[in-house]
Amino acid sequence: MTDGTPGAANSAAPILSRGSGSSFLGDVWRNFCRHRGGVIGLAVLLTIVALVVLGPYFYTVEVGQPNYRARNQGPSWDFPLGTDNLGRDLLAQLLTGGRTTLAVGISAMLLSLVIGTLVGVFSGYWRRLDGPLMRLTDLFLALPILPLLLVAVMLFRDTLRTAFGPETGVFILLVTVIGVTSWMHTARIVRGDVLALKRRDFITAAQAGGTRETTIVLQHLLPNVVSSIMVSATLGIATAIITESALSFLGLGFPSDYPTWGRLLFDGVNFIQITPTRVLWPGLAISLVVLSVNYVGDAIRDALDPRALGR
Amino acid sequence: MKMRRWITRFVVAGTALGAAAGPAFGERGSDGDLKILYWQAVSIMNPYLSSGTKDMHAASMVIEPLARFDETGNIVPTLVSEIPSLENGGISEDLTTITWRILPDLRWSDGTDFTAEDVVFTWQYCTAPDGGCAQRSQFTDVAAVEAVDPLTVRVTFSVPKPYPFGPFVGMSSPIIQKAQFESCVGARAPECTEANFGPHGTGPFKVRELRANDVVLFDANQYYRDPAKPAFATATLKGGGDATSAARAVLESGEFDYGWNLMIEPEVLATMEQAGRGTLVSSFGSLVERIVINWTNPDPALGSLRSTREGGEHPFLSDPAVRRALSMAIDRDLLVDIGFGEAGQATCNIVPAPEINRSTGNDDWCLTADIEGANALLDEAGWVPGPDGIRAKDGVRLSMLYQTSTNSVRQSMQAIIKDMWSAIGVDAELRDVSSSVFFGGDPGSPDTFQKFFADVEMYANNFDGTDAESYLAEWTCALIPSPETGWRGQNIPRYCNPEYDALVAKLGETAEEQPRAEIVKQLNDMLTADGAHIPLVHRGDLSGHVNTLAGVRMNSWDSQLWNVADWYRTE
Amino acid sequence: MFAYTLRRLMFAVPTLLAISFVIFALLDLAPNDPTGDLPLTIPPEVRDQIRSSLGLDQPFLIRYLLWLQQFMINEPLNLLERLLGVELGNSSERLRVTSWATRSPVVDLIIQRLPQTLWVIGLSYVLAVLIAVPLGVLSAYRQYSWFDQLGTFLSMVGFSVPTFFTGVLLIVVFSSWLGWFPAIYDTNHRVTDWQSLVYQLRQMAMPVFVLTLYNTSQIARFVRASLLDNLSQDYIRTARAKGVKERSVLLVHALRNSLIPVVTVIALGVPAVFSGAIITEQIFRVNGLGQLLIIAIQGADIPLVQTLTFIFAILIILFNLIADLLYAMLDPRIRYD
Repeated sequence: MTDGTPGAANSAAPILSRGSGSSFLGDVWRNFCRHRGGVIGLAVLLTIVALVVLGPYFYTVEVGQPNYRARNQGPSWDFPLGTDNLGRDLLAQLLTGGRTTLAVGISAMLLSLVIGTLVGVFSGYWRRLDGPLMRLTDLFLALPILPLLLVAVMLFRDTLRTAFGPETGVFILLVTVIGVTSWMHTARIVRGDVLALKRRDFITAAQAGGTRETTIVLQHLLPNVVSSIMVSATLGIATAIITESALSFLGLGFPSDYPTWGRLLFDGVNFIQITPTRVLWPGLAISLVVLSVNYVGDAIRDALDPRALGR
Repeated sequence: MKMRRWITRFVVAGTALGAAAGPAFGERGSDGDLKILYWQAVSIMNPYLSSGTKDMHAASMVIEPLARFDETGNIVPTLVSEIPSLENGGISEDLTTITWRILPDLRWSDGTDFTAEDVVFTWQYCTAPDGGCAQRSQFTDVAAVEAVDPLTVRVTFSVPKPYPFGPFVGMSSPIIQKAQFESCVGARAPECTEANFGPHGTGPFKVRELRANDVVLFDANQYYRDPAKPAFATATLKGGGDATSAARAVLESGEFDYGWNLMIEPEVLATMEQAGRGTLVSSFGSLVERIVINWTNPDPALGSLRSTREGGEHPFLSDPAVRRALSMAIDRDLLVDIGFGEAGQATCNIVPAPEINRSTGNDDWCLTADIEGANALLDEAGWVPGPDGIRAKDGVRLSMLYQTSTNSVRQSMQAIIKDMWSAIGVDAELRDVSSSVFFGGDPGSPDTFQKFFADVEMYANNFDGTDAESYLAEWTCALIPSPETGWRGQNIPRYCNPEYDALVAKLGETAEEQPRAEIVKQLNDMLTADGAHIPLVHRGDLSGHVNTLAGVRMNSWDSQLWNVADWYRTE
Repeated sequence: MFAYTLRRLMFAVPTLLAISFVIFALLDLAPNDPTGDLPLTIPPEVRDQIRSSLGLDQPFLIRYLLWLQQFMINEPLNLLERLLGVELGNSSERLRVTSWATRSPVVDLIIQRLPQTLWVIGLSYVLAVLIAVPLGVLSAYRQYSWFDQLGTFLSMVGFSVPTFFTGVLLIVVFSSWLGWFPAIYDTNHRVTDWQSLVYQLRQMAMPVFVLTLYNTSQIARFVRASLLDNLSQDYIRTARAKGVKERSVLLVHALRNSLIPVVTVIALGVPAVFSGAIITEQIFRVNGLGQLLIIAIQGADIPLVQTLTFIFAILIILFNLIADLLYAMLDPRIRYD
C-alpha cells in the first residue's frame, strides 16, 4: 500500500493544533481569498442574500396581488420579469420567495449536515457505537418519506401553528423534516472516511501520545473529512430546495400563496411555452445559489487543507 | 301519473357532429389500434371492487349495464329492448317493481349465453356480506331481483321508488358473468384476481391483459352484438403521469387518440390546441365547485367540541350578513375564465342540472359580483374596518382559515378569492391538504373535510345519476358530522333548518315530475340564500381527442367511453 | 472478515424486523385512507364496509403479524414453488400479500415492474457511474482547468435543476416540436429484432438522459473531492519523487484511496434504483417501481407500500454491508473485528 510511505505520519494534525484560534481563522481567511472561484461564489451568494433580504424594501410591489388585466405578461416596465397566470408580479414573488427558499435550504442543509457528521464520526471512531448507529441509519434510509411527512403534519402542524403562527410553524416543521430525513448519506460518507483515517499513522500517533479523544476527533479527524462534508453541503442545499417544492405541491408545505423558488418553478413548468421566463428565473436562481455554494465549499476545503495552511 | 322526461340538453363543443352523422363503417376491426390515455392508471377492471372513475370508465368498455345514460342524461337501452315505463308496463303502478326485457341472442365474450341469471347474480354479488362492494348504494331498498324467464328480470323494491333506475343502470352497476364470478362472492371477492382483471363482458372489447396501475390492452369482442362494431381491432388504455403531459400527447404530438380529463389552465390548453392536431370536448353533469361555510366554531380551544353544534355557533359566520357578503364579493365569471375555460359556468345553484331542476332564484343578488353592495351589507351589520383594513366587531376580526385539497386550479382559485375578499375587508389564511387525507375521512386526522377544523373549505361534489333527492337530503339536521358518529355524515356546513328538513320529507313523498322539480328548486334556493355554502362554478368534464378520431360523444352522466363501440378513424 | 460478515448478516434479521414494524406503525398512523380517492357520492356506510373488507377493522398488531406471515413465509414458499415447479403444501389456501387497490398479489405487481425499472433507472445509474468516475478523476487531476470548470458548472446545474423541469423541457423540444422521441414509454414493447431495439432505445432516451445527468453530477462531485484530497497527500509526492509513472500514481495509488466515499455513495444509490425515480417515471410514464410506490402511498394501499418499502430496506442493508466489506478490500487497515 502506498500510504505507508514516510511523511504521511505528520500530514494533517500538527499544523492545525498549533497556534491560537484567531490566527488559525486568519490563515483560513487568507487562503480562502486566494481562491478566485470561492471569492466570486461568496460575492454572488452575498448578493443574492442581500437582494432577497433587502429587495422587497425597494421593490415594493405587493407580493401575490393578482392583476387580472395583466395575466401571462412578458417582461415590461411595469413587470420587469413578467407575470403569472393570475397576473402576479414575478419579480416580487422571486424576491420574497428567495427569503423562504434560502432560509429553508440553508437551515435544513445545516441540520442534516450536523446530524450526519455527528453520527458519521461517532460510529466511525467508536466501534461500540458503530453497530447501533449504522442500523439506525439503515432504518432512516428505509423510511418512506411521504407517510412520515403526513404523520408529522398531522401530529405537529396545529401545535406549531398555535405556538409560532402559520408560516414559522410550517418553516420549523419543514426544516426539521427535511433535515431529519436527509442526513444518512452524509453520515455514511463521513463514517467511511473516518474508518480509513483512524488507522492512519498520525491518528495512532496522537492516540499513543495520550491526546484526548475529543481533541483527536476535532483537530485531526474533522479537517480531513471536510471535503466530503462540503460536497454533501452543496448537494444538500439543492436537495432541500427541491424537496421543499415537492412537499408544497403535495399539500405539505407552505400555504399556496406563499411563494418559494421551487414552487414558482413547478407552477411555471406548465407555462413553458407561453411565458418561458416563469421557469427561467426561478431555475436560474436555484442554480446560481447551488453553484456559488459549491465554489465557496471548494474554497473552504482548500483553505482548510492542512498543507495549504502550512504555507 | 306521467313518466318523467329525463331530458336535458347542455352538450357543448364538438359532440353534436358525432351524434348526428352515422359513421360510414367498414367492418369490425378495420381501424387498427385505438390509443386512450388516462392520467390516472387503471387498477382493476371490476367496478364493484373499486369505484375510482378511471376503473369504472375502463370497465365500461368491457362490461355493460342493462341501460345507460346518453350525453343528454336520457336513459337509453343497452342490453334490453326498451326502457321500462308506466306506459309500457315495465314499472308497476305502485312503483315498487321494474321489469327489464333482455335482448335475445346476447353472448358473453367467451361465447356463452347472457341470461337473466347473470343479472340476478350481479345483485347477489354486490350485496353479499363481507364483500366490501363499492357500489352497494346502487342497490339501496332492493328487496329482490328475480329471473322471471331467461330473458326477463324483475327488480322489487321495499318502498315505492319514483325513480327506479338505480340498479343496473349506468357505469356503476354493470352486469358481470355468473359463471366467472360464482366462486368470488363475499369475502372471496378480492382473491379472484384473474376475474377482476379480465371480466367477461358483453361490450365491444375484451381484456387481453391488465398491467395494474399501468396499462390495459383490449381486443375487439368477436361476440359483440353489432357485427360491424367496434371499428378498432385493438385498444390500449395507458395510465399514469399528469394532465398536462396527457394533453400534450393528444393535442400536440398526437401520440394518443383520446386523453381523459385534461383539466389544466385554459390558456395552456389553448396553446396546445393551436398545434392543430386535436380537439377538446366538454360536457356538463351535476358537479359544482363550492365553498362550504362552517356554521359551528372551529376554535382549537374548544377541544373535543371543535366544529360541533355543542361547541356553539361560529363567532362571525353565524351572521347572515357576513355569509351573504362573502358570496357577493366573488366574481364567478373571472373564476371560470382563469380556472376552467369552456369547462365551467358561473352558478349560484347546488343542483345545476338537469335543466328541469335548474333554479334562477338567487341569480339576482349572487351571480354578478357586487363589492359595493357587500361592503354596505357589512357596514350595516356593524362590521367596521380596522387599521389593517380587516373588519371587526366586538373584538371579533373577519379573519378566516380557508382550506381545500391540493390541486393547482384550486390553489389559483384560493388566491383569487382571497384577493376578492380582501376588497370587503375579510382576511383569509390559505391551506391546502393532500386530497387522500382531505377526503380520506380518517377520524385521527384533523385535516378531513368532514371534521372541518377551518372556517370555510372548498371542494366539488355532484350526485349520482339525474335524481337529486338523496343528495339534497344531505343537508338535513340528522346528517351533521360529530365525534359520536366518527365524523360521518354529509352535512358538512352543519346547517340545520327544520323547515328544510320538512321540505326534504315532502320531496320523498312526491312522485310527479313537475312538483318534484319545484321542491328541488326550493331546497336548492334555500341553501344558497341561507348561506350553507357559496356555489361557485358548475364544472364540466373536459377531454381531448385527435382529429382523426371520430364518433366521440362526450358524456358526463355515464362513462366517457360509453359509446366507444361507435368510435372510428377518419383521415 | 468472514466472521464479521456472518455477524452482520445475523444481526440484519432483528434489524429488518424492527424496521418492518416501524414502517407498519408509520403507515398505520398516517392519516390517508384507502377510500379517500373514491367519489364523494359513495356514502359513509359503504366506505365502512369497504374498509372492513380490507381488514382495516382488525387490531393493529394482528394486521402486522398477518402481513409478516404472508410476506416472510407464504411468499417465499410461493416463489420456491414457482422456481421448483412443485407444490409445497396447500398452496391455493395460502394467503398472499394482496394490494388493496388492485386486489392482486403485491409480489406479482413488483415482478411486472422490474423490466422497465431496470431498463431505464438501472441503465441510467450504470451510465452515471461509468461517466462520473472518469469525469471526476479528470476534473480533480486538472483542477481549475477549463475542463474542470465546465464539468463543475454542468454538474451543479444538472443537480440543482429538478427533473420535473428537465423532463418537461425535453418532451416539449424533442417530442412535441421535433417529434424525435416518444413522450410516453410503452411498457408492453418487446425487443425482438433490430427495429424494435431501435424503438426501445428511442423511448428510453429521454428518461435515461434526465436521470443520468442527475446521478452523474452527484457521483462526479464525490470522486473529484475525494481524489483532490488524496492527490495533495505526501505519499503521492513521494511516489512521484520515486519516479513512479504518472498514470499509475493517479489510477493506482490515488484513485484506490479515494474510492471509499465513492463506494459509499454508489452503494447508497443502488437500492434507490429499485425504489425508482418517482418524478421521472411519472413524467415519461415509465410506470416502474417508483410510480407503483407513489400511487400506493397516495391511495394508502398499505400492503403494497409496506412490501415495497421493506424490500427496499433489505436492499439498503445488503448494499451497506457490501460497502463496508469493500472498504476493507480497498484499505486493508480498516478492520471491523
